[in-house]
Amino acid sequence: MEKETMTVTIPASLYKKIEEIIKGTPGASVSSYLVKLVRERLAQEEKKGEAFSQEDEEKVKERLKALGYID
Amino acid sequence: MIQPHGGKLVDRVLDGECRQDVLETSRSLPKLRINDESVSDVENIATGVFSPLEGFMGKAELRNVLNEMRLPDDLPWTIPIVLDADPEEASRFKEGKDILLENESGRPVAVLHLVEKYRYDKDELAEKVFLTMDRAHPGVAKVAGMKDVLLAGPLDLLEISPTPFDRYKLSPKETRILFREKGWKTIVAFQTRNTPHIGHEYVQKTALTFTDGVFVNPVIGKKKKGDFKDEVILASYDELIKHYYLKERAVMAILQMEMRYAGPREAIHHAVVRKNFGCTHIIIGRDHAGVGTYYHPYAAQDIFEEFPDLGIAPLFFRAFYFCKKCQSVVNEKICPHQTCDQIQFSGTKIRDLLVKGQVPPPELMRPEVAKVIMQFKNPFNE
Repeated sequence: MEKETMTVTIPASLYKKIEEIIKGTPGASVSSYLVKLVRERLAQEEKKGEAFSQEDEEKVKERLKALGYID
Repeated sequence: MIQPHGGKLVDRVLDGECRQDVLETSRSLPKLRINDESVSDVENIATGVFSPLEGFMGKAELRNVLNEMRLPDDLPWTIPIVLDADPEEASRFKEGKDILLENESGRPVAVLHLVEKYRYDKDELAEKVFLTMDRAHPGVAKVAGMKDVLLAGPLDLLEISPTPFDRYKLSPKETRILFREKGWKTIVAFQTRNTPHIGHEYVQKTALTFTDGVFVNPVIGKKKKGDFKDEVILASYDELIKHYYLKERAVMAILQMEMRYAGPREAIHHAVVRKNFGCTHIIIGRDHAGVGTYYHPYAAQDIFEEFPDLGIAPLFFRAFYFCKKCQSVVNEKICPHQTCDQIQFSGTKIRDLLVKGQVPPPELMRPEVAKVIMQFKNPFNE
């Protein structure tokens, strides 16, 4: 099964710069270089923080105390 | 706190009235008895250990994981999480209907909302995950023995199965709250299936010097013959932490999960799971999750290059040894001396000494740890 892909456009000058950077790297392509960069960036975009309900928090803290993980 | 994999911690554990209602209606459902390893998978899905998975993988997910090492939405995922069934028993189940999953003693475990049932190529699965077709590899042998149909769909957990190690069992929700209560912002995970020798302690403490806390996370569950028994691993770590760690800097909890021995792919899986527990870093040593000589000793480190978007940082360590000239624990990056000055932390050597009733030298293993191991009549899996 072929992986579904889409086409994006970048300036030719940028394309050439990437070609220069990856020259001599086995198996590397401009697409794979950009995919890696985009993945890195998207991972940084992940929002921080989370919320558990008050009830969940209390229940968990009680168990952690009972097991000796917290005082 | 670090985000769970995929951004949301999955919670499919039923409780209260809802659980009671589902339990009652589930009595009339067709039933499927599953083994202990699948029960662990069910619990790990439902409690968020395997976030973002909400159930067993369908055909498209499995294909993507095998070919791309990613879920269809591009999220890194390297190990298939699937539920196998005999074709005859699978024929009793209809797509779009529910199935009651029971453990080996017939206790209800979960309700599987069956979305898809499909056949798969065992050879392809084994070769892509384990990079070998050799039946002597425990993972390949296991796949060869799997049943021919896979059942896929989201599930809801009715009951967490009790184990002898419940005192050490924490869910990702619990570890996340625990880390926050301790005030830890950076947490390094240490995956283990062994009793600790000095090399393990050194790796953990090196990582701990630049993080807030260490999460020692032994894998409990089916392992291969000759591995230490689960109770021995836990008792030995308890002793090590009691005598040699700061209480406010180390936490141990178990991970109930089958070892697949898939080397590099499994290293990524271990990282994802620890990210879900709230860890920001994971220690990846020599031959992580490997077996025999199937994988290059540092293949499990190299594979991280392919996953810049994993969200948890790997800490790579070369193998440590004791150097008689340095008079300390070192590795090839920091020790200029010759091989003849090295005392390797050989698991086999330590094991042989323990079997003979001899305490390993203190430069290999803490005497308190050795003593605890030697209190067990047979500390190894048969």
